[in-house]
Amino acid sequence: MTNLFLLQLLNGMQFGILLFLIAAGLTLVFGIMDFVNLAHGVIYMIGAYLAVTFAQMTGSYGLGLLLTLPATLLIGLLLELLVFRKLYDRPHLDQVLATFGLVMVLTEAVEIIWGAAPLSVRMPDLLSGSVPLVGPMRYPVFRLVVIGAGLVTAAGLWLVITRTRIGMRLRAGATNRAMVSALGVDIRKLFTIIFAFGAMLAGFAGAMVAPILTVDPGMGESVLILAFVVIVIGGIGSVKGAFAGALLVGLVDTLGRSFGPIILRAVMEPSAAAQAGRVLAPMLVYILMAAILAARPAGLFGART
Amino acid sequence: MRLIPNRAWAATILFTAFAVLPFLAVALDDSYLVVIASRILCYAIAALALDLILGYGGMVSFGHAAYLGIGAYAVAILSRAGITDLGLHMLAAIAAAAVFALVTGAISLRTRGIYFIMITLAFAQMAYFFFVSLSAYGGDDGVTLNARSTLFGQTILEDDTALYYTVLVLLIGLYLLAVAITRSRFGRVLTGARENPVRMQAIGFSPFRYQLTAFIISGCMTAIAGVMLANQTSYVSPAFMNWHRSGELVVMVVFGGIGNLLGAVAGATIALLLEEWLAVLTEHWPLLFGLILVLVVLYSRDGLSGLFRGRR
Amino acid sequence: MTKSRNILALLAATTCLAGPAAAQDDDTLKIGLIFTLSGPAAVLGEMGRDGFLLAAEQIGEIGGMKTEIVVMDDEQKPDIAANKARELVERDQVDIVVGPIFSNILGAIVKPVTDSGTILISPNAGPSNLAGADCSRHLFVTSYQNDQMHEVMGAYAQKQGFDNVFLLAPNYQAGKDSLAGFRHSYQGDVAGEIFTQLGQLDYSAELAQIAAMQPDAVFAFMPGGMGVNLVKQYRQAGLETIPFLSAFTVDESTLPAQQDAALGFFGGSNWAPDLDAPGNAEFVAAYEEKFGKVPAVYAMQAYDAAYLIDGALREAGGTADKDALIAALESAPFNSVRGDFSFGPNHYPVQDFYLTKVVQREDGKFATSVVEKIFDDYADNYVGECQMN
Repeated sequence: MTNLFLLQLLNGMQFGILLFLIAAGLTLVFGIMDFVNLAHGVIYMIGAYLAVTFAQMTGSYGLGLLLTLPATLLIGLLLELLVFRKLYDRPHLDQVLATFGLVMVLTEAVEIIWGAAPLSVRMPDLLSGSVPLVGPMRYPVFRLVVIGAGLVTAAGLWLVITRTRIGMRLRAGATNRAMVSALGVDIRKLFTIIFAFGAMLAGFAGAMVAPILTVDPGMGESVLILAFVVIVIGGIGSVKGAFAGALLVGLVDTLGRSFGPIILRAVMEPSAAAQAGRVLAPMLVYILMAAILAARPAGLFGART
Repeated sequence: MRLIPNRAWAATILFTAFAVLPFLAVALDDSYLVVIASRILCYAIAALALDLILGYGGMVSFGHAAYLGIGAYAVAILSRAGITDLGLHMLAAIAAAAVFALVTGAISLRTRGIYFIMITLAFAQMAYFFFVSLSAYGGDDGVTLNARSTLFGQTILEDDTALYYTVLVLLIGLYLLAVAITRSRFGRVLTGARENPVRMQAIGFSPFRYQLTAFIISGCMTAIAGVMLANQTSYVSPAFMNWHRSGELVVMVVFGGIGNLLGAVAGATIALLLEEWLAVLTEHWPLLFGLILVLVVLYSRDGLSGLFRGRR
Repeated sequence: MTKSRNILALLAATTCLAGPAAAQDDDTLKIGLIFTLSGPAAVLGEMGRDGFLLAAEQIGEIGGMKTEIVVMDDEQKPDIAANKARELVERDQVDIVVGPIFSNILGAIVKPVTDSGTILISPNAGPSNLAGADCSRHLFVTSYQNDQMHEVMGAYAQKQGFDNVFLLAPNYQAGKDSLAGFRHSYQGDVAGEIFTQLGQLDYSAELAQIAAMQPDAVFAFMPGGMGVNLVKQYRQAGLETIPFLSAFTVDESTLPAQQDAALGFFGGSNWAPDLDAPGNAEFVAAYEEKFGKVPAVYAMQAYDAAYLIDGALREAGGTADKDALIAALESAPFNSVRGDFSFGPNHYPVQDFYLTKVVQREDGKFATSVVEKIFDDYADNYVGECQMN
């Protein structure tokens, strides 16, 4: 039981880090540019599709992943130029709607280009095994790689934002746009860079999960809401918050799923516990979010409302 | 400043057009026209309800589909229990929606902006998953309604045209109610609370209570739409409260121009007709629909009605 | 002023929409197809549509009549499907509706279609209520009753002498029905039973429990993308030594994504591309040539539906006499590519069921392959509750 608990703890963390990879780009764009981008999930999906295509072309997942990064960066630039640039000064509602429209356009485009059938990419043999953990339990190597990638991304973002000149400008731009542009910083160019970088992060997340998750036209939508839950719980714009929120969501979801019914069984009869567990498990993450927002309306690490 | 008589005029024309539509259907020998028009009217009620809080109260609820579902399940659950009267279905739907709106609204209204959008979405997702888990009513498979609600013990709603006129009467009634609300002192406080909550507080109004009341009224109106939609479809399932549906409701309000109750009715009509028409055109209609949505948001601040009017 | 112009435009749009009502023409056969053609599950709908259209093309004039086919997308949304079905019946005035893929969509369209006296043929969905208490004269199912594929796996587990099976299904109606179906023909112990979230991405929590329990076998029902995730992660977690039994989890719609991760995994089915039955090899070859992929059951069942309609119309001499047409359909006058096929009194099929296994064919493509026959001429468990009227 303790072993299982530890393993589930690890699983919860890993799921959380997966969510962080997806949410990182979202919270960056959201926090610094105050821009709600529902199309983030779609860019993540496109990243996964591109990784599949590039991997097929080059015959190597690693090369595919590397090619995906500049490709999604480019897509981000293009979208920023065509659509997002016009929306920065608009209310959130306009942003939500325009990007909701983009979700429809891009999802359908993906279906036209790649078809509706799920695709997948073969993971490198080197990373495809599993390592023994305790007793008969094993842990897939690639999962460890995902955890590593998530931690490196988190550390990298933290360094860039707190320790570099561009990070300083970003923080300043988020606090007071007018002041920063008055000081001679080209805020538009800055925003373009952040946006493209955010898209690349989404593409990176998509390419990273392609070997473990199905690549299909619904994959963007299935994580989008969770990613939003993560950044809202953490407090919008805070990378630290997104990290904490992602881990919290991952742990609550995983542990709740596997231990919720066991705990419920202690307080009610088994059949009722099973029933209640089934009803509660999918709602757990949303209950968590509602509870956190009820107590702290701006999320755990959020300053602005 | 929009001229009020002009709006009354437009409303009269729009509702008259809807009133004569069944005759057109008979003339064209196309009974399906009434079917799709009833569906449009149901959504028009929901869009109207959403516009009341979105347009006038500044509350962007991204979870209004939950109320459609609550209304629809009120019909399914009561029908299963042998209660078929439409009035009772309405009462149950309104009561359930009011309770849900009171609880979720009280929590949601502590937040602002994007947090409000997300928390209303979260509550709608909870409702969605609750009904997905509700085995007794088919879980996510939903339930087929064997018969529509009865009106004063009569089964007249089985007739599509009778159902259509019932929905139309409800729409007109609720529209007039909504107009009355926005013109009342209550409505002005609500608008004031959107523009400047601090000032409203300073002159002695608690924005929270007004906003919560408006949120509940809107939820109840949407539940009525849900009751009628369930009757129109003869089928109830959690898909009614999918988050996409919530998004579509917001799209309808925006298509018609925000804060313009009649616009919400027109927006619902336009959005559903567009969907219907594009789907005939191509299998990949979401591509075109999404494109239109993006363009409308980018180039018109006043919805499609603003586009027609030209840019100001 | 301008406002009223908008409304006129609106009215014009409405009237445009009112297509001319189709004139009833007894020489023309109108068939309406309703499938899920957009969204994540579109791949299944496309297979159904393609399978039907392939057969229609081969036949030419279905039932010897001039044939017109209208295709509709239900978007996997029940209320939209209900309206589309009414459009087919009322505006297009089709003689026969074929579709859909999903049970909840069938639940939404069955009333509008059959109430109007139109014949409805489901090429996939086979819910229990429509097989039993709610059965209808006008509804025919060319696929299976939903529980049956799971019963096949239960029977296989029983036969293998497994007495400790771990069950896994998504938390929704079909998931619950699936595990009930498995238990119907499996009497051994259940090591654990987990209902996962619908659309769940990550199964490591469940896989950890399976690893901890080391059951004799795992039975999973994870359709679509969920199945792809589960199968890949199952293999990656190093659990492939535990037999993987499933239904609707490894088939030709998901194998292009699962590929060798699914090799050797078992499934229950009423058919497989390499099933030895008259006409089957030709069907699979024609489908692959036309669409470039291996057909799954969804394509096969829709293909059969077209030949069923063709045979019945020829026997009944057209669509004019509905009762004669229903009687003809009941006798299933066609050669199914799955071999034995007949209808039970509830208009659900009586057919054989097989254990299948994922193999890589010589051309490199992945497909399911028949291992052994589990049930012979098998009818569903609800037929007794059906009072056809």
